[in-house]
Amino acid sequence: MDLDIVLQLADSTIRLATPLLLACLAGLYSERSGVFDIGLEGKMLIAAFFAAATAAVTGSAWTGLAAGLAASLVFSMLHAVASITFRGNQLISGVAINFLAVGMTALLGHTWFRQGGQTPQLVGAARFHAIDLPGAAALADVPVIGPIYAEVISGHSVLVYIAFLTVPLTWWVLYRTRFGLRLRAVGENPAAVDTAGISVPLLRYQALVITGILCGIAGAYLSTSMNAGFVREMTAGKGFIALAALIFAKWRPWPALFATLLFGLLEAVGIRFQNVEIAGIGTIPVQFMQALPYILTVVILAGFVGKAVPPRAGGEPYVKEE
Amino acid sequence: MRRIPVWADVVLIPLINLALAVFVSGLVVLYIGESPIKAMRVLLQGSIGSAYAWGYTLYYATNFIFTGLAVAVAFHARLFNIGGEGQAALGGLGVALVMMAWDWPHWALALPAGIIASAFFGAAWAAIPAWLQARRGSHIVITTIMFNFIASALLVYLLVNHLKLPSSMSPETPSFPPGAHLPTAHEMLGWIGVRFPKSPPVNIALPLALLAAFAVWVLIWRTRLGYEIRAFGHSEEAARYGGISPVRIIMLTMLISGALAGMMAVNAVQGEAERLVLDSVQGAGFVGIAVALMGRSHPVGVILAAILFGMLYQGGVELEFEMPAISREMIVVIQALVILFTGALDNMVRIPVGRLFMRIGRSGAKAGTGGNG
Repeated sequence: MDLDIVLQLADSTIRLATPLLLACLAGLYSERSGVFDIGLEGKMLIAAFFAAATAAVTGSAWTGLAAGLAASLVFSMLHAVASITFRGNQLISGVAINFLAVGMTALLGHTWFRQGGQTPQLVGAARFHAIDLPGAAALADVPVIGPIYAEVISGHSVLVYIAFLTVPLTWWVLYRTRFGLRLRAVGENPAAVDTAGISVPLLRYQALVITGILCGIAGAYLSTSMNAGFVREMTAGKGFIALAALIFAKWRPWPALFATLLFGLLEAVGIRFQNVEIAGIGTIPVQFMQALPYILTVVILAGFVGKAVPPRAGGEPYVKEE
Repeated sequence: MRRIPVWADVVLIPLINLALAVFVSGLVVLYIGESPIKAMRVLLQGSIGSAYAWGYTLYYATNFIFTGLAVAVAFHARLFNIGGEGQAALGGLGVALVMMAWDWPHWALALPAGIIASAFFGAAWAAIPAWLQARRGSHIVITTIMFNFIASALLVYLLVNHLKLPSSMSPETPSFPPGAHLPTAHEMLGWIGVRFPKSPPVNIALPLALLAAFAVWVLIWRTRLGYEIRAFGHSEEAARYGGISPVRIIMLTMLISGALAGMMAVNAVQGEAERLVLDSVQGAGFVGIAVALMGRSHPVGVILAAILFGMLYQGGVELEFEMPAISREMIVVIQALVILFTGALDNMVRIPVGRLFMRIGRSGAKAGTGGNG
C-alpha cells in the first residue's frame, strides 16, 4: 500500500467517522444521565431530512442546520417526556422514535417534494463545503507532514471540525464542570443527587437537550455536507453503530473518538476494497467488514476484552421518595 | 398502589392509547391535505372489505402473531427481545436450506420440516444474546440489536455468494421444489367446498400461528416453567430466592422467543415467497414489538393486535393506490405512534384513569360503609 492510498483512507475515515462521533457523544450525554437512548438513529434521520429540506428551500446550509437541530430537539424532548416525566420504558420510546423518523421523513418528503422521498439536490450555499485550513496549500509540498495536513486534516466541512472539537469540550464538561459532575452522579445514583437538593428530572432534561443538539448536527452533516441531499433511510444504521461505539468506549469521550474512528476506518476499508484479501487467510467478504462493528461490540459487551459497565441507573426511571 | 379493574387495564387503556395514535395519524393525514375519514374508509375497505382483502390481511397478521408472541414471551420474563427481525431472517435461512436440500414429495412432510428448521434457526440466533445476558450480564437489548445487523450482513453474504443461482442476477434462492408448497386458504377451503380467491397468500401457517398462540397461553399460565418465567419477570431477586435459576429461565425464554420469531418464515418464506429473498422479514420483527405492547403480552391480545396491524399493512397498500398523496410510510407512522402511546407514554393515560377509578372506588366505598372510607 502506498502513501496515497493510506492518505485517502485516512481522509474518508474522518468523513465517515464524523456522524458516528457526533451521535456517539450525543448518546454519551443521555446515557451518562441515566437515560438509555436507542433513538439516536431516528433523531439523526429526522435532522438529516429537515436540514436538507430547509436548505433546499432557503438555499442556506446554516438555516438547514438550524432546522435539523430543531427537529432533532423535538424528538429528543419527546423521548424526555416519555422517559423522564411519564417514566415510560426508555427502550420502547427509542424504538417508537426510530420508526416515527422513518415514517415521517418518507411521508413529508413525498408530500413536499414528490421525488420518491428524496429532497432536491443541494447546490452552492445550500451545502456545507470543504474549507481549506490556513497554510494547507503552502505546506502541501513538505514531505510526509505536508500531504497529511493538506489532504487528511484540511479540506473538510466546518461540521467535521465542530465534531472533533466536541470531544475535548465534552471531556471538559464531564470532568471539569459542576454540571458534568452532577450529570455523572445522576446516572449512577440519582437518589444521592436528589438528596443534595438537585432536581433529577431537570438534569436529565438538560442532558437530553444536548443529545438532541448533537444528533441534529450529525443528521445535518449527513444530508448537507457528506451528501448533497436527503435520501430515504440515509442513516442506514449509523445511530446503532454510534451506540456500539459508545459501549466500546465505555461511555467516555476520548475513547469515543477512537472507537468512532475505528468504525469509520472499517467502513472506509469496506468501501475502498470491497473484498479484502489477507495473505494466509483468504478473502474477507465486504459484508463481514460491515458487520464487524456490531461483532466487536458484542465481544466487548460480553466482557471478553475489557468489560463495559453502563451507568448504574441507566434505563431506570427515577421515582422520588415521598 | 392504585388498583385498576382488569377490564380497564386490558380493554379501556389500550383502546384509549389506540384512539390517541389514530387521532394523531388523522392530524398527519389532514396536514398532507387529504380527508382522514376517506383515508380510514379506504383503509378498512382495502383490508377487510372483501374476501380478497381478508386474505392479505390475515397473511400479514400471521407474520405478526409469530413475532408478537416472540416479544410477548420475552416480556413475561422482563426481557426485551428486540432481535425478532434477525431471528426471523435466520428462520428464513433455515427453511430455505431444508427446502432446497431435498425434493419434498408432499407438504405434509415439508411443513413439519419447515417448522423445525425455522424454529431451530431462530432459537439458535437468540441463544447467543441470551447466553451473553445470562452468563456475562451483557444487556440483551443491545446484543439483540447488534445481532439484527449481523444477521442482515450474514444473509446478504450467503445469498450473494452461495445461495443464488450463478446465472441469476438477483440475490435470491431458486424456487423451492413443488412438494414444499404449503396449502393456501384457497386450496384448504376448496377441500370443504368453500370458494376463496386464489391470489391471497394466506396459508396453512395461519392455523399454525393460532396453535402457537394457544401453546404460549398454556406455557405461560398452565405450566411450571411459565410460572417460573412470570415469577422471574416480577422479581428476579424473589425468583432466585425461590430456587429458580436465572440462567435457565433467561435461556429457555429466549430460545422459545427466538423459535417463535423464526417460525414466521414458515408463513413468509415457505408459504408466500417459496424462495428466500433479501430482507424476507420486511420489518415484521419490529411490528412484533408494537403487537406485543398492544396485546398486553397476552396471546389473545397478540392475535387481535396482529390482525389490526395486518389490516394496517394491507390497507396501507390500498391507501397508497387510492390516495397517492399519502405514501405507504403512513403505516410506519401509525405503527410508531401505537408503540409510542401504548408503550412509552402508557402512564400518560394510565395515571389519570387510575385516579378516576380511585375516585369512583372511594365514593362507592363511602356509600357502602357510611362514610368510613
